[in-house]
Amino acid sequence: MLRAPDATPLRRGSSAWLAASGAIALLVLVPLGAVAATALRESAGLWQHLVTYVVPVAARETLILLAGVGALVTVIGAGTAWLVAAHAFPGRRVLEWALLLPLAVPTYIIAYAYLDILHPVGPVQTALRSLLGFDSPRDFRLPDIRSMPGAIVLLGFVLYPYVYLPARAMFVMQSASVLEAARTLGIRRRALFFRVALPLARPAVAVGLTLALLEALNDIGASEFLGVRTMTVSIYTTWATRSDVAGAVQIALAMLAIVLALVLLERRARRQQRYAADAQHPRPLEPTPLGGLAGMGALAVCLAPVAVGFLAPFIYLVDAALDRIRFAGVSEAIVREALNTVTVSLIATALTIAGGVVVAYSARLSRRRLAQSFARAASLGYAVPGTVLALGVLPVATALDAPLDRVASLVVDGSVGLLILGSGAALVYAYVVRFLALAIGGVESGLSRVSASLDDAARTLAAGPGARLWRLHLPLVRPAVAAAAMLVFVDCMKELPATLLLRPLGFETLATHLYGEAVRGTYEDAALAALLIVAVGLLPVILLARLGRVERQRDHVPITGLETL
Amino acid sequence: MLVRQPAFRHASGTLLALALVAAADLAAAQEVNLYTTREPGLIQPLIDAFSKTTGIKVNSIFIRDGLAERVAAEGTRSPADVLMTVDFGELINLVEKGLTQPVSSTVLQQAVPANLRGPNGEWYALSLRARVLYADKNLDLSSFTYEQLADPKWKGKICIRAGQHPYNTALIAAHIAHYGEARTETWLRGIKANLARAATGGDRDVARDIMGGICDIGIANSYYVGLMRSGAGGPEQVKWGDAIKVILPTFQGGGTHVNISGASVARHAPNRAAAVRFLEYLVSPEAQKIYAEANFEYPVRAGAAVHPIIAAFGPLKVDSLSLTEIAKHRVAASRLVDKVGFDR
Repeated sequence: MLRAPDATPLRRGSSAWLAASGAIALLVLVPLGAVAATALRESAGLWQHLVTYVVPVAARETLILLAGVGALVTVIGAGTAWLVAAHAFPGRRVLEWALLLPLAVPTYIIAYAYLDILHPVGPVQTALRSLLGFDSPRDFRLPDIRSMPGAIVLLGFVLYPYVYLPARAMFVMQSASVLEAARTLGIRRRALFFRVALPLARPAVAVGLTLALLEALNDIGASEFLGVRTMTVSIYTTWATRSDVAGAVQIALAMLAIVLALVLLERRARRQQRYAADAQHPRPLEPTPLGGLAGMGALAVCLAPVAVGFLAPFIYLVDAALDRIRFAGVSEAIVREALNTVTVSLIATALTIAGGVVVAYSARLSRRRLAQSFARAASLGYAVPGTVLALGVLPVATALDAPLDRVASLVVDGSVGLLILGSGAALVYAYVVRFLALAIGGVESGLSRVSASLDDAARTLAAGPGARLWRLHLPLVRPAVAAAAMLVFVDCMKELPATLLLRPLGFETLATHLYGEAVRGTYEDAALAALLIVAVGLLPVILLARLGRVERQRDHVPITGLETL
Repeated sequence: MLVRQPAFRHASGTLLALALVAAADLAAAQEVNLYTTREPGLIQPLIDAFSKTTGIKVNSIFIRDGLAERVAAEGTRSPADVLMTVDFGELINLVEKGLTQPVSSTVLQQAVPANLRGPNGEWYALSLRARVLYADKNLDLSSFTYEQLADPKWKGKICIRAGQHPYNTALIAAHIAHYGEARTETWLRGIKANLARAATGGDRDVARDIMGGICDIGIANSYYVGLMRSGAGGPEQVKWGDAIKVILPTFQGGGTHVNISGASVARHAPNRAAAVRFLEYLVSPEAQKIYAEANFEYPVRAGAAVHPIIAAFGPLKVDSLSLTEIAKHRVAASRLVDKVGFDR
């Protein structure tokens, strides 16, 4: 990670940016505050119960899950990134972007898909039995996937791109000279990765790992389905089964405190280290050719995560969807659902990115702690489970709806009802709060590569902060902004718990449709919806991959939007 | 006059057309807004039939959890007319939070037995289902009690969905109502020790897992058998349904545990009349037939026929405990699930 160039001191005009950034941070904090306030309510005398029977189990399960997923995504993400960044082998150019494909697969979909694929009566075990000569699954079957190991493997194989993306960017960016210098010092090629490349890439890996772990921590669909009782699942059951919102929020806040402590700890540990190479003009790494068996090995290693995290579930979904279409046809509703999904995700993405630009740019303009604090506060939504966030947005939206309705009733006859909740604005609001961290991080990382001297030059031309952003920074960080936008879009599409609670009456998205079928155990009925979620998510992921390549051709560093949080 | 007559006719025609348009508008304006925790796939056939019969449009939203929070937050401006739930406990919860209003309708009172509705018409049951035993069809077993689930002879042989799911908390609450918390805890620990896999997934997974050799028996809802065996879920599921046999278990000396799907009219329902009409439709012979034939549930309406697949299970003897009594133990049941680490 580059050290941010010295931010320019606070100048005239930047206070408006600071105020805007503060307002955005406030928009994030209000629903979180509303949730926190419910924690103070009576928890039906259950706190003792939660502490004794729920939290210890949930904490242990969560830690095991995170440790497992963390190890897996780091090994897969950093390993494949190093292979494609520093080596030349058959298929590398395709794998470079194909390794991103699992990003398009929501965790709950991979869980449903693999239960079917690997079930004793599913295709894999049936074939295996006939191969080995067993008649009945009672004589031979593989371990059940509805278990902690199953959850770790499945989450690991769809979340590793969060590490792969920034790690690859970092490896590509590491100037060849550092590695060559290491080599002249007698470090062998294999040791090069562990002793030089990986330590240098640590900030990128750490950031990607943080995102992957937050996804795993806040995941509800896959964990619940696979029978893993994480903190998030416990929050959910405490709320849903016992109608105990206060108790649920108490667990959520405890969890948030732990998350923030871990993130801060990691940042502090990294602060001791300096990572400033001559990275403004790196000489690109000359890939080491891998021929013969080594090349085939590299191909196999990189192909495996794509196959497990994307190809197998995708092929399964296509097959299941075709089956379904043959059996029940295509409903008109699904087209509307797809349009709803795309529309609401696009609007949320546009607003999220706009907010991210304002917050990140304001943090660059002002050196004051306040601007940095705003940026961190505005990023908090990503650390909170979607369910909890939705419970916060709900009262905020309806509190705004009351005065809005009163104002509107002066103009039109009668009540206009719930404008914010009813129009989907509440849903968009929840998405923005939840994913703003991705936008802020992406734009910040892009801006950090723009030299401060450019700002100074522009200022001597009497360009104000707005003009500088529009004419200087935005064109320069466009790839970073675009990358962040695509990530946000994919995440909005996949989002489930907040969508379920906050969508307007009669408004169905692909994810809510799928969930409606899944809760009655008929997720195969929704195979087409699942396939569409993955397919629509694919487009931005492929664009994201192309973006990385175009950047690289320009001899720039690929900017991914994931390098800072 | 001769000249005018066609003009007059024309005018009256226009008026008629206008009146028709106005009437159509009125009909179109008739809507009812449904908030449901019932899965859309199970309620859609009834919505479609209702709209076809009455011309009243139903706007629906499926909210699995948080129905109470959502309606409470919406307050007086809530568009919700009908609140429908998949579980009795959820329905009582809505009533207790003051989110419903009483409805007195002779149609509803005549159709729904007194023990399946609120004393003041705060809620009405619409359909019943039994929590039954799925067993490997080759198993030598013809009767079963819920108590036997804890028998060590079933060690490693039972499949069931999450203990925290309302279907199971209701069953556990019924056990508490019969035997008290201490004995229920022992019983739950016994079942936990007998589980063949994590307590998760859906009820249909029980059948599939029995077919897959993972377990021998499991507890699940009655109507899923109909959905599987009828082919409504596709050819694959017919195999799952045929791999099992169904036994109606009872509490020792009691009957089979049932749960309901039911509905209330929302406290601030903007379309109250249409809401009541919707409820009345749902207990009509026509709708009850759909519940039985499309959903494979037991109708609430006395005399309504049960689907042959379901009738083949044998006569249903409903446990004598009242739903209100069971609902009182719902939270205790949920806490026991945590305490014995059932879903862990």
